[in-house]
Amino acid sequence: MGAFGYVAPGSLDEALTVLSEHASLGKRAQVLAGGTDLLVQMRGLDREPRTIVDIKKLAETNRVDIGAQEVFIGAAVPSAVLNENQALVDLYPGLLEAADLIGSTQIQGRATLGGNLCNASPAGDSIPAMIAAGAVCVIAGSGGTRELPVEDFVTGVGTNALGADEFLVGLKLPAPGPGTADAYLRFIPRTEMDIAVAGCGVSVTLDGSGKCTAARVGIGAVAPRALLVPAAAEALIGSTLDDAALQAAGEACSAAASPITDKRGTDVYRRKVVGVLCRRAAAIARDRARQA
Amino acid sequence: MAEAVDYKVIGTSPIRPDGVDKVTGRAQYGADLNLPNMIYGRVLRSPHAHARIKRIDTSRAEAMKGVYSVVSGKDFPEAEHGEIGGEGGGDISDLAKNIMARDKVLYHGHPVAAVAARSQRVAEEALAAIEVEYEVLTPVLDLDTAMASDAPLVDENCYTKNLPEKPDKPSNIAAVMQLGRGDVDQGFEQADVIVEGEYRIPAAHQGYIEPHACIANTNESGQSTVWCCTQGHFEFRAMTAKVLNMNVADLKFVASEIGGGFGGKTVVYLEPVAVLLSRKAHRPVKMMMTREEVFRATGPASGTHIKVKVGARKDGTITAATAWMAYEAGAFAGAPMGPGAMSVFAPYDLENFKVEAFDVLVNKPKVAAYRAPGAPQSMHAMECALDELARKLGMDPIDLRLKNAADEGTQAPYGPKFPAIGLKACLNAAKNHPNYTKPLPEGAGRGIAVGFWFNVGMQSSAEVHINENGTVTVVEGNPDIGGSRASMCLMAAETLGVPYEQVRAIIGDTESTGFSNVTGGSRTTFATGMAVVRACEDIIAQCRARAAATWGVDEDQVLWEDGQATPAPGVNADVKPLSLADIAANAAKTGGPLLGRASLNAQGAGASFSVNIADVQVDRETGKVDVLGFTAIQDAGRAIHKAYVEGQMQGGAAQGLGWALNEEYIYDANGVMQNAGFLDYRIPVASDLPMIDCEIVEVPNPSHPYGVRGVGETPIVAPLAATANAVRDAVGIRIHDLPLSPPRIVAAIDAAGS
Ligand SMILES: Cc1cc2nc3c(=O)[nH]c(=O)nc-3n(C[C@H](O)[C@H](O)[C@H](O)COP(=O)(O)OP(=O)(O)OC[C@H]3O[C@@H](n4cnc5c(N)ncnc54)[C@H](O)[C@@H]3O)c2cc1C
Repeated sequence: MGAFGYVAPGSLDEALTVLSEHASLGKRAQVLAGGTDLLVQMRGLDREPRTIVDIKKLAETNRVDIGAQEVFIGAAVPSAVLNENQALVDLYPGLLEAADLIGSTQIQGRATLGGNLCNASPAGDSIPAMIAAGAVCVIAGSGGTRELPVEDFVTGVGTNALGADEFLVGLKLPAPGPGTADAYLRFIPRTEMDIAVAGCGVSVTLDGSGKCTAARVGIGAVAPRALLVPAAAEALIGSTLDDAALQAAGEACSAAASPITDKRGTDVYRRKVVGVLCRRAAAIARDRARQA
Repeated sequence: MAEAVDYKVIGTSPIRPDGVDKVTGRAQYGADLNLPNMIYGRVLRSPHAHARIKRIDTSRAEAMKGVYSVVSGKDFPEAEHGEIGGEGGGDISDLAKNIMARDKVLYHGHPVAAVAARSQRVAEEALAAIEVEYEVLTPVLDLDTAMASDAPLVDENCYTKNLPEKPDKPSNIAAVMQLGRGDVDQGFEQADVIVEGEYRIPAAHQGYIEPHACIANTNESGQSTVWCCTQGHFEFRAMTAKVLNMNVADLKFVASEIGGGFGGKTVVYLEPVAVLLSRKAHRPVKMMMTREEVFRATGPASGTHIKVKVGARKDGTITAATAWMAYEAGAFAGAPMGPGAMSVFAPYDLENFKVEAFDVLVNKPKVAAYRAPGAPQSMHAMECALDELARKLGMDPIDLRLKNAADEGTQAPYGPKFPAIGLKACLNAAKNHPNYTKPLPEGAGRGIAVGFWFNVGMQSSAEVHINENGTVTVVEGNPDIGGSRASMCLMAAETLGVPYEQVRAIIGDTESTGFSNVTGGSRTTFATGMAVVRACEDIIAQCRARAAATWGVDEDQVLWEDGQATPAPGVNADVKPLSLADIAANAAKTGGPLLGRASLNAQGAGASFSVNIADVQVDRETGKVDVLGFTAIQDAGRAIHKAYVEGQMQGGAAQGLGWALNEEYIYDANGVMQNAGFLDYRIPVASDLPMIDCEIVEVPNPSHPYGVRGVGETPIVAPLAATANAVRDAVGIRIHDLPLSPPRIVAAIDAAGS
């Protein structure tokens, strides 16, 4: 591990000051949430010196607010804490499923949704689920606060839309209305402790007659970044989420994917499997929505 | 000859004496020891799979603050050619060059220099300061390329061995081997049905959880003590002495506890380097590999390409079988093609067969032993072919094997006649096992396969000390990998007739007990166990002599029964029997402390056969294989410690399932391994596996006092084919190559569908 400095600001402003000071001096500062990606990276290839800015001491990043219209999840709340919040699990079973897939119990004691997103791995499990749930990033910077949909946040493999003086405060999600539910599935060759070969999050809204009136589909690990797939949503909207509609949505996901062949799977395989996952996740979301 | 007798402690499953320290973290593994003034050694490794070293300049590293010593190939003596015995076999000069490259680097990760420094970080910075100039050569990365006549050469001086005449040109084929009997052409003519198959398996790592680690402490007179995790400290001492041209007496090796070896810790990698670094630095040097180094530079099992052809009559009688097998040796000769060739047909009584095997150099790490080295790959091919044969014949796969099974008196394909063996007993146990006939869920598949391993004897020493209160200390020289201390204690307790709890076993270092070969070849409970039993018999003889002297009778008038000396019937009937504790308490008056010992070169290691039953469910859309059930049936001769025999069977099944389903070395075009970590080198996690059901079959080995056969290696042999045959049953397609990873299964299903 390379040399590093460490600060744990007690307020949002203080955090922003540290970031912008470093930015103006051209020095490296890096935000630390759970550290389950960051520390591994610092022990591995990326050993450059830097200042670690721990955001776990901020009130804003530790907040979980469940409002009538909107839900807020702070960027420092670990996955295990989220999954112990039954109200949250009831609202977004798919997103929380994704958070529950990250690593193991030990990892989830630290790992955050914000860290998963900011790390910007193509295979980050919560990202397609957040896209499906319609999550929006709340970003603080020296110029004020801005918002950006999750699907626009990741810009490429390991890169995101944050400026050097900005950080992610948390995620805002629309409170799901009646008949709305989500689901997330990933494929890994083992049962756990593995990295997604393909992933798909689906959120659907059904009306009283069982017709799908709204849908969002996110896919992961099959392109340089997780993608929103509007064509898959269109295939679902207007249907009763019958097999044909699910099949069409799956095909739209396969078509939207641009996977690579690597040690984790071939491009052909990943393209196929992301479609399978979409079908299966949409069926789970549908069954949940019928109960919601 | 062991009979079906009632043993007091043999066959029970008491807690192992070393258990509490292991589960509470107190046990000292390779990296746990720290010494005053200790510094850290790190290895600089080749970034190329094949290159000539033009120049190494270590001067900048040597000048760095905190750097104590630097070594490279030129610091090592010119190693002589010669055989290294044992499981870790091979040539000493190759071993030496594998530890530190001389003029050429032969695989990505091959050591080129090493540094010892104040801290790991300084050592790494020093490595970065070493300049190496390479002339990059074309790497040879697969068997097909390596065996082609115009292939680039891994070693320009490699002339194929075992041919009638030395070939006129060097090649990558280091050695060939042929084995056969009868007339295969005629045999195939007699066949009603013939099956043929071609099977490829990539290299797989042993996957021990503890990376290699050692500390060497060398003094100014050149004597050195090395603490390390090893399967055999005596052989590590011998190898280190040879590589460094040192006197064995100047080296003391102490084995730490060991977090898995599976054959992979039978060869030295770090130890000679640490001794040299320490000699130059005048300080103890600790070296620990990272997981990445373990993958890139320690021995995996050979990748293989194997073709099998089997012919049979309608009634299932095999009339002929042939096998062609190429084994990747890695950068230096010594792939286990011999055992692969000798095991492929071992379970069957064949009139006509022919085997051709090749030991092939490629620019990959030198392979090392991995449980039953060579057999899982070759027997996978044969056992898959037999599965296809059974399907063609419409025969039950167990019946087909029973029809051809070797038995006592059958001449093994590798020469000798089998004494009593348990193959038929295992096949019958499988057939009668409820798991064989249990209905399968919709779409699931079931497969069976036979496993086999020769087992070895080799040299062992043991001492038995009787403490002053009659408790027993067993001293032996084999690192305890799978619970062997407990088995030694059980055999000693049984022989002496004392409770298990009164016996402790310790593993002596190279200066405190007699020579013992490695814990490998499934030999420890057999051979070292035999030495322990003999040493206990030595104690019994001494106890009888002392009782006889006490009672004033002849030695042959004293019996040893239930842990005490008793007068023979009709002799001096009024004396009180003398227990071990009684005799120990009086030892000072009867000739001093009681010390029994034995050393031997054990003969007659009995072969162990197995049958595995695998049940799988395959997700046809994602290719994911779920193992629903797995049953391991194996002949243990006699299970000394039941639970640890089952542990060997379950562990072998777990490793075999990993090998069958997901484990593989993945290389890029330059010969750089792409998955040098446990994230992408996928050994199974606990939740991937079902409970592995075990049935121990006991056909006693006539050569062991309690009937023991080695059980450590056979368990990994059958799971590969059992799993492949189950997948074949589930999806209706034969997938020849391993691993049966999800992309491979989907590709096969898609190809069959279109
Ligand atoms: C054993 C193991 C298993 C794992 N399994 C999985 C898995 O199954 N699925 C999966 O998706 N991931 C997995 N991961 C990766 C990791 O745990 C997740 O990505 C996790 O969500 C990261 O969150 P964190 O809070 O630990 O992030 P950190 O490590 O703290 O941060 C990650 C990156 O994001 C930046 N960052 C974090 N928070 C902010 C913020 N608020 N503002 C700006 N930048 C920020 C950091 O600077 C860093 O670059 C695994 C990791 C390990 C070690």
